[in-house]
Amino acid sequence: MSTLWRVAEVVSGVPESETSRTIGLRVDGLNGSLAGQHIDIRLTADDGYTAVRSYSVATAGMDEILEITVDELTDGEVSPYLVRDLMVGDQLEIRGPVGGWFVWRPTDTNTVQLIAGGSGIVPLMSMIRAHEASENPSPFRLLYSLKSPEAGFYREELLTLSRESPKLTVDYVYTRKVPPGWAGAPKRLTAETLLATVLPAEAGPDIFICGQTMFVETVAGWLVQAGYPATSIKTERFGGTGGLR
Amino acid sequence: MGIISSGFHGKRRTGNAAIPPGQHETGTFPVLTAGPAPYVARADWEFFITTEAGQRHAWSWDAFMALPQVDIRTDIHCVTSWSKLGTSWRGVSLDTLFEDVETASEFTTAHSYGGYTTNVPLRDLLGGKAWVAWEFDGEPLERAHGGPARLLVPHLYLWKSAKWINGIELMREDIPGFWESNGYHMHGDPWREERYS
Ligand SMILES: Cc1cc2nc3c(=O)[nH]c(=O)nc-3n(C[C@H](O)[C@H](O)[C@H](O)COP(=O)(O)OP(=O)(O)OC[C@H]3O[C@@H](n4cnc5c(N)ncnc54)[C@H](O)[C@@H]3O)c2cc1C
Repeated sequence: MSTLWRVAEVVSGVPESETSRTIGLRVDGLNGSLAGQHIDIRLTADDGYTAVRSYSVATAGMDEILEITVDELTDGEVSPYLVRDLMVGDQLEIRGPVGGWFVWRPTDTNTVQLIAGGSGIVPLMSMIRAHEASENPSPFRLLYSLKSPEAGFYREELLTLSRESPKLTVDYVYTRKVPPGWAGAPKRLTAETLLATVLPAEAGPDIFICGQTMFVETVAGWLVQAGYPATSIKTERFGGTGGLR
Repeated sequence: MGIISSGFHGKRRTGNAAIPPGQHETGTFPVLTAGPAPYVARADWEFFITTEAGQRHAWSWDAFMALPQVDIRTDIHCVTSWSKLGTSWRGVSLDTLFEDVETASEFTTAHSYGGYTTNVPLRDLLGGKAWVAWEFDGEPLERAHGGPARLLVPHLYLWKSAKWINGIELMREDIPGFWESNGYHMHGDPWREERYS
């Protein structure tokens, strides 16, 4: 079923930051998704030319609606269209949700360390949402590496959760611009900051890392070097040519 | 044709919709192998299919060459991000090799001389999608590229197209092969960038 192209209708579009938008899609016959899965979106030009890109599902609901959050790459082919041009009421084609590896299930009992670079937050947010909606008590910790506070996705929701949820801790790294009152200058994520911030290896966390390929490679490498078992680390690479961010 | 997205024109930057996302075109034929290339003489070469019930079908080089041979023109895509368009091959369709094979399995493991393995779902081998190829560009397949014969499953990343192919084992379960045990994807569809697990 996940290999079939299906028609999805755009039911909502809400800016998530200056360059991104969360898009709600209604997919007839869809029966939810697992936290961490992605869909493929196919756009067709009027001469039949098509482009396909993957987008993580931001919500892990059990109904016919799913949400994605797309970050615009100014020189990209598909993301500017999805962020700027696509309108509520439009239709497009989707395949999925797919993926059974980079997923979190409410029955998983381990503590969880999530590490996001930029738009890599999307599948991790669906895990956080599924975790919050579940009775699962195991602690979650999120490390979110961002260019600037304004670039953050789900800002209000994460703020509220980090204040109110007893089972979620959120840490930020700002690479270009820090929020007012932040101690220290913007800086890239380093191995030291990473290891000082994530759950210790002794806690045996399941680790999910998501972001641009370079970010994922670098972070996963540091963790393996520091003694986290490679088998505990799951990664999702968003491709693209972008470096660390 | 699918649903038209009005206002979407696409960039067609590569000028070629045949190139999957994250890939670039190459004119050469890079060689990527984990270890030294095994040497297998045609006289010693054999291709087998074993079923989950333990039945074994096998072809010597001569028996294999007596099967219907087809020419294949196809694009190939390596997970290290190169794609080579319009390559030409000659070989035997897996449909031919599976004609007398009775199986209920959905999964297979391809075995190579030298010990390499890779898992490929049976549906990705049948239906005109895969071949055992022994000729490239009109010449016998070079040893570096898998000669005497290699699997050719061009719609998946090239690590699925096992070089120095020895046989296909039908499996009750999907068991990861060499690269799949090392972080690579169980399926490997370039159009979905199924690169890593
Ligand atoms: C499993 C998965 C999940 C994903 N989830 C999300 C998500 O939740 N949110 C999200 O925003 N993204 C996500 N992505 C990334 C997404 O699929 C797209 O890659 C992204 O939106 C960019 O697509 P694009 O068409 O706009 O850019 P593209 O046109 O594909 O370009 C991408 C970049 O590569 C450069 N580039 C491309 N082709 C060339 C070329 N020929 N020469 C030079 N440079 C080139 C461009 O300049 C650009 O910077 C995900 C990816 C994967 C694999």
